[in-house]
Amino acid sequence: MITSIQELQEVASKKREDNEKNPREIGVERSSAFYTKQRRIVLQNEGLIDPDDIEDYIAHGGYMSLFKALDEMSPKEVIEEVKISALRGRGGGGYPTGLKWESVSKVISEQKYIICNGDEGDPGAFMDRAVMESDPHRVLEGMAIAGYACGANKGYIYVRAEYPIAVEKLNRAIKQATKLGILGENIAHSGFNFTIEIRLGAGAFVCGEATALIASIEGGRGHPRQKPPHLSDHGLWGKPTVLNNVETLANIAPIIINGGAWFKSIGTESSSGTKVFALTGHIKNTGLVEVPMGTTLREIIFEIGGGVEDGRKFKAIQSGGPSGGCIPEHLLDLQVDYESLKSAGSIMGSGGLIVIDDSSNMVEIARYFMDFCASESCGKCTPCRVGTTELTQLLDKFIAKKATKKDFELLKEMCVVVKSTSLCGLGQTAPNPVLSTIRYFEDEYLAGICDD
Amino acid sequence: MPIATDDRYNTLEKSMKKLGYDKSGLIEILHTAQETFGYLSIDTLKFIAQRLKLPYSKVYGVATFYNFFRLKPKGRHNVVVCLGTACYIKGSNKILEKIEERFGIKAGETTSDEALSLLTARCFGSCSLAPVMVCDDVIKGKVSLENPLCEIEEIIK
Repeated sequence: MITSIQELQEVASKKREDNEKNPREIGVERSSAFYTKQRRIVLQNEGLIDPDDIEDYIAHGGYMSLFKALDEMSPKEVIEEVKISALRGRGGGGYPTGLKWESVSKVISEQKYIICNGDEGDPGAFMDRAVMESDPHRVLEGMAIAGYACGANKGYIYVRAEYPIAVEKLNRAIKQATKLGILGENIAHSGFNFTIEIRLGAGAFVCGEATALIASIEGGRGHPRQKPPHLSDHGLWGKPTVLNNVETLANIAPIIINGGAWFKSIGTESSSGTKVFALTGHIKNTGLVEVPMGTTLREIIFEIGGGVEDGRKFKAIQSGGPSGGCIPEHLLDLQVDYESLKSAGSIMGSGGLIVIDDSSNMVEIARYFMDFCASESCGKCTPCRVGTTELTQLLDKFIAKKATKKDFELLKEMCVVVKSTSLCGLGQTAPNPVLSTIRYFEDEYLAGICDD
Repeated sequence: MPIATDDRYNTLEKSMKKLGYDKSGLIEILHTAQETFGYLSIDTLKFIAQRLKLPYSKVYGVATFYNFFRLKPKGRHNVVVCLGTACYIKGSNKILEKIEERFGIKAGETTSDEALSLLTARCFGSCSLAPVMVCDDVIKGKVSLENPLCEIEEIIK
């Protein structure tokens, strides 16, 4: 059992000595531009520690933040520190984490919950998978600190069933932390109790939406509901609930140990810290890239990613998954943060960046995402259920080059209707890939019109 | 096989007991049932409904809502083609077409000799290896567009 900072430090120094005697081999040479241009906070431990060994995490400074918070800080001070850091939700919404915690902490209730959203549903994104698999304790530590700050003593991690290794690593981590008394009753003699359970998703994109995710944890179909009431008042089983993304929670431990001001100093004015992107598609170096907010897309694609593969020409980069949009070449000097991506017609999203070369047809890409949303629509509200299917069929006409000018007007109008009248985020953002490709690649739509 | 003599129902019963027959554990139970039986038959769903004291309509509704659950038995081997964005732009839809053509089945179907089930997935989070397919739970990355079939011929031999 570890019950104080001193004991934690003893375990850490003993393990560090062990590690020096038996150094672990690190698989990848990290001196290439792919790594040197990155700044790793969330992925700090990725590949460097043994995710199956809690002592290795402790040796790298793990659980110091939790013990520091319990020992030296009041819940209010923890929230204050997170507010100073200006950390915003990394699932894509970008809501300030400190404010979210504060509103739950103010609600008086015997039972509150912390939920970690590990249902990484965006196709082409695997940031959270890497964190859960390579550094699971970081997620647990973030959740426990959130629990202390908000007055919650129970946490759930909702993980996709498609990530069996993440489930295995998290389960093992929970077991180890419980055994050492880092999770459980009266942690570090502070009187704070916190336990964590895993709940499996079962492959539904809509479950990334907060209220749908909660319906799924409660054992039902993942149907979203109207908000308000917000989760801070009426969340899991009707109790006040904080729902944070994996990457958001992975940022908490560094913020507590280094201070909110340190975190605020990284990134841009409106978006602090770093963001992990999953860089894939027609690009030379694929993989996870963690850069400070404000890095330009050009730097990410050409300096870190090494440019487009097979000597082809860059056409667009897709961000934000099925809720996002395509950004063309002339906007590559855009500094990546929540606001600038939004102004370009895309969104930050969870962090998938897919590079598209000039061999691709943008209408087909838009159709791909619309088809995805149509089959993932939960069916509860009409604009999304019917609208996404209608939009897919309209896009088919453009691909078959059988569309009319009237179809083009209808397409644009229907995008606006689906966006403004759908119940939840899935429908409200589903038309984004179409709208952004119309904005930047209109000629490809016009090429599909036959009644000129 | 009648329920009373089928051991697999015992496994299922045990996992329900472990969760205290909690209705909110339905999705976990469906996962266990699919692992145990390979798929979710109507009989299995009715059994779960009865034991958790849930309406059958609710259990059926949940089982059919989520993509991960299968209501039909699968073949001796299975191939899952990823249709995530990174795989899609690298041509995974063409890979799928080739497999469908070669084995005469559509995605979601099983060959008549029950040798092969062809499935699709939204994303395995292995996008760096795109295009990806999973043959009998083993991930195959950077699948060739010209001939994606060798790997499959190999496993169903």
